[in-house]
Amino acid sequence: MSIDMSQFHQVFFEECFEGLEAMEAGLLNLNIDDIDPEVINTIFRGAHSIKGGSGTFGFNNVADFTHIMETLLDEMRDGRRQVTQIAINILLGSVDCLREMISSIQNEEEVDESRVAQHTADLDNELNGVAESTPPPSHKVSAETIITEPSEVISDSSETSDTNEESGWKIAFCPYLDLLKTGNDPVRMFRELSELGELTSLANIQDVPSLFEMDPEECNISWDLKVMGDIPLDEIEEIFNWVEGDCELDIQPIAPKPVKKIAPPVSQAEPELDTEETIATQAKEPQQPTQPEIIVEQAEVSKDIEAIPKPPTTAPKEPNKKVQLDSDQSKLIVQVASSIRVDTSKIDALINMVGEVVITQSMLGLVGENFTMDKVDQLKKGLAQLERHTRDLQQSVMNVRMLPISFVFSRFPRLVHDISSKLGKKIELKLVGENTEIDKSVVELINDPLVHLIRNSLDHGIEMPANRIAAGKPETGTIELKAYHRGGHIVIEIIDDGHGMDKNKLIAKAVEKGLIDDSSVLTDKQAYELIFLPGFSTAEKLTDISGRGVGMDVVRRNIEALGGNIEISSELGHGTTIAIHLPLTLAILDGQSVAVGDETYIVPLVSIIESINITEKMLNKVAGKGETFRLRNQYIPIIRMHKIFNVQPSSKSKMGEGVIVVAEGQGVLCGLFVDDLLGQQQVVIKSLEANYRRVDGVSGATILGDGSVALILDVPGLVRFSNR
Amino acid sequence: MNKNVTQEVEKKDNDHDRFSNKIDNAGQYLSFTLGKEEYGVDILRVQEIRSWEPVSRIPNVPPYEKGVVNLRGSIVPIIDLRERFKLKSADYTLLTVVVVLQIGDIKKTRTMGVVVDSVSDVITVDKAQIQSAPDFGTKISNEFINGLVSVNERMVMLLDVDKLLKLEELDQTENSVF
Repeated sequence: MSIDMSQFHQVFFEECFEGLEAMEAGLLNLNIDDIDPEVINTIFRGAHSIKGGSGTFGFNNVADFTHIMETLLDEMRDGRRQVTQIAINILLGSVDCLREMISSIQNEEEVDESRVAQHTADLDNELNGVAESTPPPSHKVSAETIITEPSEVISDSSETSDTNEESGWKIAFCPYLDLLKTGNDPVRMFRELSELGELTSLANIQDVPSLFEMDPEECNISWDLKVMGDIPLDEIEEIFNWVEGDCELDIQPIAPKPVKKIAPPVSQAEPELDTEETIATQAKEPQQPTQPEIIVEQAEVSKDIEAIPKPPTTAPKEPNKKVQLDSDQSKLIVQVASSIRVDTSKIDALINMVGEVVITQSMLGLVGENFTMDKVDQLKKGLAQLERHTRDLQQSVMNVRMLPISFVFSRFPRLVHDISSKLGKKIELKLVGENTEIDKSVVELINDPLVHLIRNSLDHGIEMPANRIAAGKPETGTIELKAYHRGGHIVIEIIDDGHGMDKNKLIAKAVEKGLIDDSSVLTDKQAYELIFLPGFSTAEKLTDISGRGVGMDVVRRNIEALGGNIEISSELGHGTTIAIHLPLTLAILDGQSVAVGDETYIVPLVSIIESINITEKMLNKVAGKGETFRLRNQYIPIIRMHKIFNVQPSSKSKMGEGVIVVAEGQGVLCGLFVDDLLGQQQVVIKSLEANYRRVDGVSGATILGDGSVALILDVPGLVRFSNR
Repeated sequence: MNKNVTQEVEKKDNDHDRFSNKIDNAGQYLSFTLGKEEYGVDILRVQEIRSWEPVSRIPNVPPYEKGVVNLRGSIVPIIDLRERFKLKSADYTLLTVVVVLQIGDIKKTRTMGVVVDSVSDVITVDKAQIQSAPDFGTKISNEFINGLVSVNERMVMLLDVDKLLKLEELDQTENSVF
């Protein structure tokens, strides 16, 4: 039975993080005034799965800790305990603690015992404080006390401490209905037990339905077992190892001295079969605790089924989680190898496409074998097909990397909950478009900038409730986090209905900090851009949430490193909208190749608005050097590419011969003057920085069909560069 | 424990061989010519030797950074050593050679190509033979030269690859730490 369990650890950790996420979401959804039992059930299931799994893998500290949480939740579920905000907060804290424990185990680090102990104490206090009637650590016991009286149970569990002197074990074994379906046979286990020592078993069959109703695949019997002899606990545990998640199990030592205690169950052995007395005493308890368990198991199964069609990828979630821990505790955590869980339907599509490609390839092979000119049409057809399949295949492969953005969004409700309560603000977070898909690498990198922006909105954007009421706004502020596709981009917007940004205040601050000249005249947009300057912060006082004046410049730099850009619009008194535009994928883009002198450059198709010819006469000089032209009531600055890139001009480099490509970058229009348009193609983005360095106005490079290198133009960068 | 230590030392030695830019270990050098001058680079840094092929120009960079080429899928910059050393530039011919070098340390390596007139020889140099470089005045700044060695009456200047190919601002973009 020695299977290397460590190979399953990674899956277990992923499941744990999923479970924790579900618990956290459930706890945040819990409304104290109107308890939805299903929500509590969800939370309970999360805890239960983690407990079961950690027990199986021998992470006993996790199992013990989760057990206490589970006890608390169980009482809430049964209505034996009032759900209070305090309890919810304690549970939220425990979820965090549990997440740290699991991360520590995953990274093979020491678990912070003191923290665990503190949370355990919190939970214990909560447990003991309200419901004195239930003995805290023996929830399992109470569920299984089929024969023994509750008072005995307590005395039994209190005796667990002096384990060494035992002469035997009392085992309450109460399998769930589907124990047999998991391939476990109690008879075999009992046989093993009997090898350890003298075994007395007592079956409780009061739950067994009549023959007509009985499902032979369900296990309706529970057992009370006694094994006599000096047997180490772990040998017994090992036997039950495989059924740990599928039953209620309670192993209690039997001390040799209190012989009386052994007696009652024995004396009940005969009446067991027919007397009403036993059934009567059992009637109080067994049904109630077993039934919810059944629900749990079934619910878990259905959850698993649901999980298949969704693409639940835990891999990116882990890094996210780690990032959160990082920022929360400034603790460095080693990154484990990242993995990705992919929806099977995506893989099917991929295999399908590969099949198509293979077919086309063999068809082309046939055409080429004895090629004559009359086969040209066939060849062309085949090539066209191959092109289409290649494109589809590429799309399918890209799809594998795509994840719903909810992987990033899902942690923000917690963030908003925590921070708003810390700040004493009332804030509602709305998530829109969580299913928008985005490249995995973008998902991983967008998290930190978003956290920063949301913290900013919480801290600086939304006003205190009193101020909001004074301003005639609803007391509860709203932050909307919205994701959607537009063109080849994904747009993420953070919209708050706070007090907006004060242009004059921004300018005054920037002047005070010496970042700009006090004579400079700025448009609204330029004024908002000021917050991206390093060392700029308008917060009146620094808080631990935001306002240290580092950040917005880094946010911008990170988003630009992803090939995206960030825009701010704001209305004083009504709120601020921050829009982040990101490319769908970092690897491939649709490009328009243009010729400038002898060079070929690629302009990303998404940034091109139109291409037109203009003559020298249509140009207007601004201040003697800048050139603009008028396009439908808008003056557009012209960037002469051969000038800005110092390319030897060709004969076409005169205005009127070449083409103006009107492109947009960061909301600014510009006309790129190039010699010629060459063609549109998809290009694979290669990094210039891997071996070289960043070049102004260039976002990367690609390799053209003839093997030569073409630079990909970065339109916003060009605009900035040309303004210098 | 002891074993670990020796392993550690061995590992260091290997790294040292590969990436050392010191001249205290005798080794082989690839020698090449620029005009009438002869230079050598640590042969362990040489990835391959290619013939000159047209490059894609990079805008607004110093003239000695000729541009980039596609080297089996990665974009590799090409540096003209003549121009880097402010020698008279020569026309590129069929015999013009690009030596592809690896620079950097174990953590991060970069690949770059240098244009030289021709590759001449692989020379084995005993470290005792290497003399420190005298002041060359303005032509080549002394920092690129690790030392001089004379082979068959010819003087070969041994170059420090890392310093030579350290492009301005090269590392600037790497600190995008959040």
